[in-house]
Amino acid sequence: MLVLTRKTKESIKIGDDIEITVLSVSGDQVKVGINAPKNIEIHRMEIYNDIQKENETASNTVNNLMEKLKNWNIQS
Amino acid sequence: MKIETKYHGQVEISEEDIIQFEQGVPGFEDEQQFTILPLDDEKVFYILQSTQTAPLGFIITNPFHFLKEYDFKIEENYVEQLQLENAKDAAVYVILTVAENFKDSTANLQAPVIVNLKNNKGKQIILTNTTYQTKQKLFQLTTK
Repeated sequence: MLVLTRKTKESIKIGDDIEITVLSVSGDQVKVGINAPKNIEIHRMEIYNDIQKENETASNTVNNLMEKLKNWNIQS
Repeated sequence: MKIETKYHGQVEISEEDIIQFEQGVPGFEDEQQFTILPLDDEKVFYILQSTQTAPLGFIITNPFHFLKEYDFKIEENYVEQLQLENAKDAAVYVILTVAENFKDSTANLQAPVIVNLKNNKGKQIILTNTTYQTKQKLFQLTTK
């Protein structure tokens, strides 16, 4: 991991198309501005990880799926 | 073309049935081609089946069937990626995590799957600034 120290309003350039700016610092919260092309996705890490984990769990094979669906449809 | 599927054995599909997920989905970024197959006769549940990897399939459903008020904004960069011109062209699905007891199953409302019906491009989008969760109980939705 490349570690840089920036002051408020200072920026970082990544590749040709990405720019990150430290907008403000308040206590241990840092407000970060990101300029990047629209096709590059930007997510809070923990949210992306959460979705990834959920997809992995959701992709597991369900035992007796058809039976479960049939019983559920009958109930509702 | 014939494909092997997770729950349907071998199935015949055509080119128009293939949905392109250019960036895959979170956790499966290399999986770029899926098709949607019905799971039940009532057409409430479907499977988002990878056409590249037979064992990969996500059980999905139309969220509005369970939560009529489900509402969110598709961020501009997603609209562009999907080349979505009209809200009517967007089909919305949510991925289910099926529990051993089916009625305890949960839906990922925070990251719905959008398919542009006009160009067959698909994407799982991640909603920001939302109260919707990744694990929303289906059963609780039906009692609303």
